[in-house]
Amino acid sequence: MTVTETRAMLSVDAERSPGGRDRGPARKRRYTEDQVPLGRVLLRMLAGLVVLAIFILPYTIMFFGSVKTKAQIRSVDPTYFPTEWHWENYVNMWSTPETPLPQNLISTIVISVFATLLVLLVALPAAYYTARFRFPGRMVFLFLVIVTQMLQPAVLTSGLFRQFATLGLIDTWAAMIFINAAFNLSFAVWIMHSFFAGIPKEVDEAAQIDGAGRLTVLFRINLPLVWPGIVTAIVFTFVACWNEFAASLVILSTAGNQPLSVALTKFVGQYETSWQYVFGVSIVAIVPVVILFMLIEKRLVGGLTAGSVK
Amino acid sequence: MGNAPGGAARGRPGGRDLAKALPWIAPALALILGVVLFPAGVMFFNSTRDISQSGVDKGSVGFDNYVEVFSFPYFWPIFLRTIVWVVVVVVFTVLISLGIAQILNKAFPGRRIVRLVVIIPWAASVVMTTMVVYYGLEPYFGVINKFLVDVGLIDTPEGYGWTRNPTTAFVWSIVIAIFVSLPFTTYTILAGLATVPSDTIEAAKMDGASPARTYFTVVLPQLRGALSVAVLINIINVFNSLPILKVMTGSIPGYDADTIMTMIFKYIQNQHKVDVASALSVVAFLIVIVIVAVYVKVVKPTREV
Repeated sequence: MTVTETRAMLSVDAERSPGGRDRGPARKRRYTEDQVPLGRVLLRMLAGLVVLAIFILPYTIMFFGSVKTKAQIRSVDPTYFPTEWHWENYVNMWSTPETPLPQNLISTIVISVFATLLVLLVALPAAYYTARFRFPGRMVFLFLVIVTQMLQPAVLTSGLFRQFATLGLIDTWAAMIFINAAFNLSFAVWIMHSFFAGIPKEVDEAAQIDGAGRLTVLFRINLPLVWPGIVTAIVFTFVACWNEFAASLVILSTAGNQPLSVALTKFVGQYETSWQYVFGVSIVAIVPVVILFMLIEKRLVGGLTAGSVK
Repeated sequence: MGNAPGGAARGRPGGRDLAKALPWIAPALALILGVVLFPAGVMFFNSTRDISQSGVDKGSVGFDNYVEVFSFPYFWPIFLRTIVWVVVVVVFTVLISLGIAQILNKAFPGRRIVRLVVIIPWAASVVMTTMVVYYGLEPYFGVINKFLVDVGLIDTPEGYGWTRNPTTAFVWSIVIAIFVSLPFTTYTILAGLATVPSDTIEAAKMDGASPARTYFTVVLPQLRGALSVAVLINIINVFNSLPILKVMTGSIPGYDADTIMTMIFKYIQNQHKVDVASALSVVAFLIVIVIVAVYVKVVKPTREV
């Protein structure tokens, strides 16, 4: 029970938690005396700067590498910073011979978009219904959701491989869409479930008294209120699908079908790896999902409260 | 799981309620049964079959695949290495995250930017993060290698063969695994810190407790819930982790840097032994379940959350 709950907790609304935002003098002062000496503030900024430097370092190396020429990046006396900025790498990289990168990008996009849509389509009704109504088997269903949360594609790969081979879906996008959707379903159900459960039932009843049907209540009344939960579920699912590696490695064997995560590993151990292209593609693949994740940053620090208070 | 707000007052739910519920939950149920539980069943079944390299099922072999898994001379070293991998990565991840969370929990100008940057390794593909480190460690042209030469930690730009030698490649893999586990763990601890009542801390200060003493006696106990969940999820993630070791040690011949997870993929991809891979996967599956069960029993993560 714990795993899912906390992953849900982590994304629960942070607005009311003191750690969630910087604004407001009352929040700034928790943990410390009312007046923080300037020296201490500077010390904290220094510590923050060190953390920032460490976390951004690999991606800075990546970015600088992406604008170097092959000769520069493979020089026996490398420079930390690019001496010239070769932006044309971002155009040329798509036609590198190691793997069909444009197709890999399309593959990543198609699998992630459709898996996310499938998760939403399947998880939203389940989350709504289990939060709002009781029925026999409800606990069994929620238990299944938790069990799924504990499992990852990596440990089930051999089973998935055989099953999709039997179904004739091996080496297809469809297989990866189903796998990504299935393994991300539980988190999406859980987070949306907790948001639906947070809406007072009276809201629904009032709408029903006014003559609204169940679907109207769901779409007109509930959805706007649980919207933050839906966005969180979408972003988490999309980012997880975007970066999925283990199952794609085994299920997708044709180079053109593979997502970027799998395709890029082909560069390792090559006689002369075009690292500048690896990094260019990595930057293109990383930036959008990092921005998506940053958009829900507020929800990453939630009070442990909402998910766990029973 | 809390009580559902709906329906509770209407007495015991019956068969008609189930019929009404099905359209809402059946798609999710189908996906879980069809793509998670059924493959798990297939995996258990296959672990007792003889499956040819081309995928033909040649009948039952009882526990022969398990015998092959356990009699593989490298199995126990791989098993021990898996334990080292999980324990070292999780312990260091949690300790470092406690420190980072402490920094990010204090107010200072620019904190929001630092918090956002901390997210990057969480959102970025682990494969891509690992590849930049792999490149950085390359002899002569790798910039991490160059940095280590420049600061005098290693003598020659020929480098150490970091990614050629199984032991050093494994150690660097541990470093990367810790790095990519930090954001989630830090954010979980930050969520925990947000629940620590500030008046308790004020009270401890009034009583003259030093900041360190306040941290260990007041703050840390409050983090129990957040920490136990962070540890549990990290154990599962790190145990199941494939991409880091695949990139860092995948091209090294032999089995001196493998964990159970990379070994499963070697059985599937290099040796085309899906049957033996299934047997090892079942072993891995059971290990995960035992770890989770023992952990939940000992730590009782739900208790004071």
